[in-house]
Amino acid sequence: MKALLICEYREGKLLDSSYELAAFADKLGAEKAMVLIGNEAAAPRVSAKVYLADAAKYGEYNPDLHKKIVLEAVKRENPDAIVFLHSSYGWDLAPRVAAALKVGQISEITSIKEAKFEVGICNAKLRRIVTPQTEKTVLTIQSGAFSFPGEPQGKPQIEKIELTDAVSPLEFVGYEPPQKKEVDLAKAEVIVSAGRGVGKKENVATIAALAKALGGELGASRPVVDAGWVEHSRQVGTTGQIVAPKLYVACGISGAIQHVAGMKKSEFVVAINKDKDAPIGEVADVLVVADVMQFVPALTAKLQK
Amino acid sequence: MKILVCIKQVPDMASRFKVNGEGTWYDETDLAFRMNEYDEYAVEQAVQLKEQQGNTPDITVLSIGPDRVVEAIKKALAMGCDRGVHIQDNASFRKDPWQIASAIAGFSRDKNFDLIFFGMQSQDRGSGQVGTIVAELLGIPCATTVVGFAFVDGVITAKRELEGGMKAVVKLKLPALITCQLGLNTPRYPTLPNIMKAKKKELLAFPIAEFLKEKELTATASAYPPEKKGKGVVLEGDVNDMVGKLVGILKEKTKVVK
Ligand SMILES: Cc1cc2nc3c(=O)[nH]c(=O)nc-3n(C[C@H](O)[C@H](O)[C@H](O)COP(=O)(O)OP(=O)(O)OC[C@H]3O[C@@H](n4cnc5c(N)ncnc54)[C@H](O)[C@@H]3O)c2cc1C
Ligand SMILES: Nc1ncnc2c1ncn2[C@@H]1O[C@H](COP(=O)(O)O)[C@@H](O)[C@H]1O
Repeated sequence: MKALLICEYREGKLLDSSYELAAFADKLGAEKAMVLIGNEAAAPRVSAKVYLADAAKYGEYNPDLHKKIVLEAVKRENPDAIVFLHSSYGWDLAPRVAAALKVGQISEITSIKEAKFEVGICNAKLRRIVTPQTEKTVLTIQSGAFSFPGEPQGKPQIEKIELTDAVSPLEFVGYEPPQKKEVDLAKAEVIVSAGRGVGKKENVATIAALAKALGGELGASRPVVDAGWVEHSRQVGTTGQIVAPKLYVACGISGAIQHVAGMKKSEFVVAINKDKDAPIGEVADVLVVADVMQFVPALTAKLQK
Repeated sequence: MKILVCIKQVPDMASRFKVNGEGTWYDETDLAFRMNEYDEYAVEQAVQLKEQQGNTPDITVLSIGPDRVVEAIKKALAMGCDRGVHIQDNASFRKDPWQIASAIAGFSRDKNFDLIFFGMQSQDRGSGQVGTIVAELLGIPCATTVVGFAFVDGVITAKRELEGGMKAVVKLKLPALITCQLGLNTPRYPTLPNIMKAKKKELLAFPIAEFLKEKELTATASAYPPEKKGKGVVLEGDVNDMVGKLVGILKEKTKVVK
C-alpha cells in the first residue's frame, strides 16, 4: 500500500496539519510520498519523497493548477491512495483529482476500523464503513482525527514538478484576514455558549446572564453568529476561535465536529440540550437533558443565591 | 442568463436515527425532511442575483430523490426559482457522490447554464463532493465554500472561507459553479402569495436512468450507531433537581463554582 499525501501551505508556511496526513498513513501501514506546493524551506520533516512545486509560480491556492501538479505526482508515484485533509484546501481539491482519475473518494474519515474507513453521517449520529470500488482511491481525513506523535524530524527527498501549461480559469486575488476580535475568548476561564437551540435573539440575554453569574464570557455557535444574534468574535469552532477554558457550557448546541474542534480541550464541559442523542454528549462531562430556556434561568438564579 | 440550483432534501438533524433494513443508511420512517441547510443559501444567492439583474435570469432548481423531494423543490420555487426539475430515484441514498454528480452533469450538459449553485455539503452524507465533481465533468471553473459573492461585468468575485475565519478572494468568469457555505446571505422565508404563485410554476420530472450511465465508485459496507463513550453524567427529570445536582458536581469537579 502506497499513500500520496497532499500537504497544506499558507502564507509562505507549511501548515502543521500536514503531519496529520503522515500519522494517518502510518496508522494504515502505508508507504509514504508527499506533495507540497510551496517552497523547499517549508518541506515537511518526514523521511519520504516530497514532490515539490513552486507556490510562487503556481499559487498558494489555485485548484486547477494544483490538480495538475497532484496528477503529475500520481503518474510518477502510482499510489494506491491519494490523501488530503478534510479542510478548506483539501475538500476543494480532492474531488477534482478524484474526478480527473475517475476514482472513488471517501470524505472526512474519522478512523480506521480493521483496515476499513469509517465516516460519520447525520452530524455523526450514525457511522458508516465506506469501501472503494476502484483500484486507486482519494481519501480526505477529518482534521484532528489523526494526530502526529512527537516532533517530526525526518529528512525529505525533494523531487521537483514543473508544469508546462500553467493557465487557469480561476484567479486567486489574495487573502482577507479574519474580522478583528472584540473579545479574546482564549483568555476566559469560563465560557457559556448559545446555540441555535436558544430559539431567538432575545433569549441570548438569558445565556449571557449565566455567563455573568459564572464570571465568564458569552460564546456562540455559528448559526447564532450567522443570524447576527452574537458578534463573530464570540464564535467558537474551526472558523471562529479555538478555546480551552476551565468550564465550557454549551446551551442548545448539537455538537457538530466544527464546533467541537473549537472547544474539546476545555477542562470541564456541561451541555444543556433537549436531545439526549445530541453528539455534544460525547464530549460533555455532564449532559443536562432539558429545555435550555427553562433550565438556564433556574441555574443562574441558584448561582446568584 | 441561465442559472441552475441543485438542492437535496435531508432529515431534521435533531431526529433520532435508526439504521435501515439493509444496514447501510438511516431508516426514513418517522423522519421529517427539509431542504439541506447549505442549499438554502444556494437558492437565495440565485434569487438575489436574478433580482440584481433586472429579473432577466431564468432559474431552474433540481433535486434527485424520491417523491418527497418535490416539497423541497416547491419551497425553492416559492423563494423565487422559476422551474423545478425532479430527477426521480427511489434509491438515491444508494448512489455515491460520483453517480449523483454524473446524473446532474448528464441533465445539464446540453442546457448551457451560465451559473450553477450548490450547497458545499449535504447535512446527512456530508461528502462535500457533488458540486465540485459536476464542475469537473462539465469542464467549468468552480469556487467552493463561498461566503461572499458579487457579480460585476461578467466576472464573479467570490470569497472562500478558510480556517479561523480567514478568507481567500478569487475571481472567475462564466460559465462557473459555486458551492455555498453557511452565512453567505440570509435565506428568505417564502411568503404565502409566493407559495400560491409557486403552485403554477413548471415542474418537470425525469427518471434518473435518463441521465445516469455510471456505476458507483464507492460503496457503503455498513452503517451503525456510535459506541456510547459513557464518560459523562446524564441528568434528566425535574429542572430544580437537576440544577441542584449540577451545582453540586461543579463545586466538586471545577474550581469555578465555590
Ligand atoms: C467548513 C465549516 C466550518 C464551520 N465552522 C463552525 C464553527 O466555527 N463553529 C460552529 O459552531 N459551527 C461551525 N460550522 C457549522 C456546524 O457544522 C453546525 O452547523 C453548527 O455548529 C450547528 O450549530 P448549533 O449546534 O447551534 O445548531 P444545531 O445543529 O441546529 O443544533 C441545535 C441544538 O439545540 C437543541 N435544541 C433545540 N431546541 C432546544 C431547547 N429548547 N432546549 C435545549 N436544546 C434545544 C437541538 O436538540 C440541537 O441539538 C461549520 C460548518 C462547516 C461546514
Ligand atoms: N440528491 C441530490 N439532488 C440534488 N442535489 C444534490 C443531491 N445530493 C447532493 N446535492 C448537491 O450537492 C451538494 C453537496 O452534497 P454532498 O456531496 O453530498 O455533501 C449539496 O449541498 C447539494 O447542493
